[in-house]
Amino acid sequence: MADTTAPQSTAAVLGRREEGAMLGISRTSRYIAHAILILGVIVVAFPIYYTFVASTHSLQTILRPPLPLLPGDRFFDNYYQALFGGVGRIGGVSVDLLLFNTTVMALGIAVGKIIISVLSAFAIVFFRFPGRMFFFWVIFITLMLPVEVRILPTYKVMVDLGLIDTYTGLILPLMASATATLLFRQFFLTIPGELVEAARVDGAGPWRFFKDILLPLSKTNIAALFVIMFIYGWTQYLWPLLVTNRNDMNTIVIALRKMISFADADTQWHLVMVTSILAILPPIMVVLFMQRWFVKGLVETEK
Amino acid sequence: MATVELKDVRKTYGGRVEAVKGVSIDIPDGAMCVLVGPSGCGKSTLLRMIAGLEEITSGTVSIGGEVVNTRGPAERDIAMVFQNYALYPHMKVYDNMAYGLRNRGMAKDEIDRRVREAAATLGLAELLERRPRELSGGQRQRVAMGRAIVRSPKAFLFDEPLSNLDAKLRGQMRIEIKNLQRALGVTSVYVTHDQVEAMTLADTLVVMNGGIAEQIDTPMAIYEKPASIFVAGFIGSPAMNLLAAHGAEQGKGLTLASGGAIKPRDLAAPEAGRQVLLGVRPEHLTLVSDSKNADIEMKVTAVETLGADTLAHGRPVAGDARGGELIARLPGSVRISEDDVLPLAIDAGAAHLFDAGTGKRI
Amino acid sequence: MSPRVTFPNKILPYALLLPQLVIVGIFFYWPASQALYQSVLREDPFGLRSTFVGLANFRRVLNDPNYLNAVQNTAVFSVAVAFLAMAVALLLAVMADKIIKGKGFYRTMLIWPYAVAPAIAGMVWLFMFNPTMGTFAFMLRSSGYAWDPLLKGDQAMLLVIVAAAWKQISYNFLFFVAGLQAIPKTLIEAAAIDGAGETKRFWTIVFPLLAPITFFLLVINTTYAFFDTFGIIHAVTGGGPGKATETLVYKVYHDGFVNLILGDSAAQSVILMVIVIALTAIQFRYVEKKVHYG
Repeated sequence: MADTTAPQSTAAVLGRREEGAMLGISRTSRYIAHAILILGVIVVAFPIYYTFVASTHSLQTILRPPLPLLPGDRFFDNYYQALFGGVGRIGGVSVDLLLFNTTVMALGIAVGKIIISVLSAFAIVFFRFPGRMFFFWVIFITLMLPVEVRILPTYKVMVDLGLIDTYTGLILPLMASATATLLFRQFFLTIPGELVEAARVDGAGPWRFFKDILLPLSKTNIAALFVIMFIYGWTQYLWPLLVTNRNDMNTIVIALRKMISFADADTQWHLVMVTSILAILPPIMVVLFMQRWFVKGLVETEK
Repeated sequence: MATVELKDVRKTYGGRVEAVKGVSIDIPDGAMCVLVGPSGCGKSTLLRMIAGLEEITSGTVSIGGEVVNTRGPAERDIAMVFQNYALYPHMKVYDNMAYGLRNRGMAKDEIDRRVREAAATLGLAELLERRPRELSGGQRQRVAMGRAIVRSPKAFLFDEPLSNLDAKLRGQMRIEIKNLQRALGVTSVYVTHDQVEAMTLADTLVVMNGGIAEQIDTPMAIYEKPASIFVAGFIGSPAMNLLAAHGAEQGKGLTLASGGAIKPRDLAAPEAGRQVLLGVRPEHLTLVSDSKNADIEMKVTAVETLGADTLAHGRPVAGDARGGELIARLPGSVRISEDDVLPLAIDAGAAHLFDAGTGKRI
Repeated sequence: MSPRVTFPNKILPYALLLPQLVIVGIFFYWPASQALYQSVLREDPFGLRSTFVGLANFRRVLNDPNYLNAVQNTAVFSVAVAFLAMAVALLLAVMADKIIKGKGFYRTMLIWPYAVAPAIAGMVWLFMFNPTMGTFAFMLRSSGYAWDPLLKGDQAMLLVIVAAAWKQISYNFLFFVAGLQAIPKTLIEAAAIDGAGETKRFWTIVFPLLAPITFFLLVINTTYAFFDTFGIIHAVTGGGPGKATETLVYKVYHDGFVNLILGDSAAQSVILMVIVIALTAIQFRYVEKKVHYG
């Protein structure tokens, strides 16, 4: 009771391993379970592995199926060429610029969303003011309409505001959603009122309370949300497709799409595969390294 | 150090629900005032109004002779110990205690001196680097106390601080709080629903019910002269027996509904025919040899043997008792069992009379 | 419960809300109202004048065989993706719940497709099944199967379904694992004592108790299949061959940005909004009910 940290989530116990042994689950059926899981891992991981394999072979090898199951000897050649030799590819834009654009977009969305949502959730939970519920609903309704359903008018707004081919144009419209606000609101509501009172008695005003108590307590939630929003930003497709015309403003996902042409044979498949690996590596790293928060955040956000 | 005075303090929620209906209490400098009552009686609301965490609808709260109605909690120079301790979970014990001082811009060495002094007093010196979740319930409780005393405030406010501890620890902490409050001599207001805590801690005891203060006095005075049947029933355990009775012919005391006549020595006899309730604590019912000497007879329905005492629960054979039940506290050596009919004498000198209609003491 | 403890400031909360309200206002409410407004207008071919046409755009859209084709595609696609992604995830989650060692390992191995952009997922699958050089396409053809998703509509549909479902397995897996963990072990033990075997326990105890999570995932997966898979379709099939994989969202995009029929595109947007709102409403009714499952 006195422990006022974030309530333990169902996800937090995902890693628990002590139970299950007793319930008459036979050894055989456990072996079968392992077998099915391994099969599942293969199905799930194979496409990514195969992409990696393809990224280490020469174009000639790739164009003559079947592709070997093991990596080839062109790892350094291909990656060097993709990273540093990028002449004439994707309109002369180098992979690092694409990665930079994508990083800016993903970080911008993640950080921006967290900032505006933590502030608005703070206002909604810890203050009473006229119009509070009205504003809550104004924000809440945006949850219902993803950018995909209002692309054209949003695009026109971007044109009117001169935001085409700008980072602002890539980032701001995708910050306009309620998910993060709702998550923070939910979390703030679990903070015991006594803690607020204790802070007030201790002479902390709203800002001090926010800075000294609320933010430190929200650390895990912020981390979780960061991962989710970073991936959301990184994997965006439709929006960057619309608001970037110039090749040097493309994200890596869009650029990758532009590299591929199934109709004619001059697609540099080995470089496409290298670029694919480079495009999926950063978000996979973020997910794997921040797995604990990501899982917790994911399962809790979407409730 | 300061006095705390409440003058006709009221709290109304949404213009309709009256949580506190005009309470006035004077707490002298250095005294411990305990607010006790069942849940929903308004005691916590009253405390939070003193703290500045609730707005005061009407009336005044003064601390140290100054009216503080419009001041925020930080400007009232009070410290509060919360029911769930409200320790900042992400801060070390040291920082939990120092936080309020830092917010007031106190010099670093002074903060350090005060925190270490308080930690030494409370036996927390070894725990300063820990976080709240690494502490036991009793230790958390001490940190919450420490956070209050480092401030050297004008008043301590306690909001059911022991209710989350187990019985043994509660008893221990009760004594510690009492000693600490004495030693520091800080005026304190303490809210609890536990009458044992209330009796043992209070210099001034306020029994609250339905938003009003039923009685304000020293614990013993309240125990000995409860002002109403509510107070009589609330203070003392097991609760006081209340027997239906009415005033007998002039000079003859009163007649129990069971038919027996009794003359409480120190009580003014009510006028003839007036309906009253005779209050008798369980310890003031004694077992007598036979029904001739008995004031009342009780049919036993349950027996609780506590060792030193035996509690006999039962129904009056004739007449009526409030709640239909009687409890007698008998010596542990008495052997009784269910369905026995016990002849009991009332210690008239220790009995109380209440008006059956108003519930007030006569 | 006492009422929520708050700070007494009057101006500050508005300042705190301002950034979000500004962004939501400019990039959400303004465009959304524009969509509503345009859905009842018709622009002339040069985009110079627009006239009020009432519900004519909606009428035309709903009578357009291409639109009905998109509705049908979306339905097939969504149902298949949701079913496939959920069935595989549930199977894996149930297996992961049985084993004692290696849970963390399997979870780590199973979550990474979540981080892969749908468009890239599509490209990767197309790479494997691409008729000219895809290894699996090669294998299919060697075994005598006429595989060519670039020419055959149903094969194209199959490919995007598999790619979309593949990416969603991780997400569903995490939720099913959490859902399985939340089922009190005592219930399972009681069933075991009552003589129910493993399979029976699953269908009579576990599966019914998972119903809220399953339903929740159904809504989420449907929403995902509706919107987030735009990238897969755009990158892999471009709606083809011959509109065989054109979904509703893809058509909004295509009519608005490629064909430049603003009125129709807006009307389609509005229809989509209604669908999403309905899905969200269903989801919230579920959230309220779910409270009982703690």
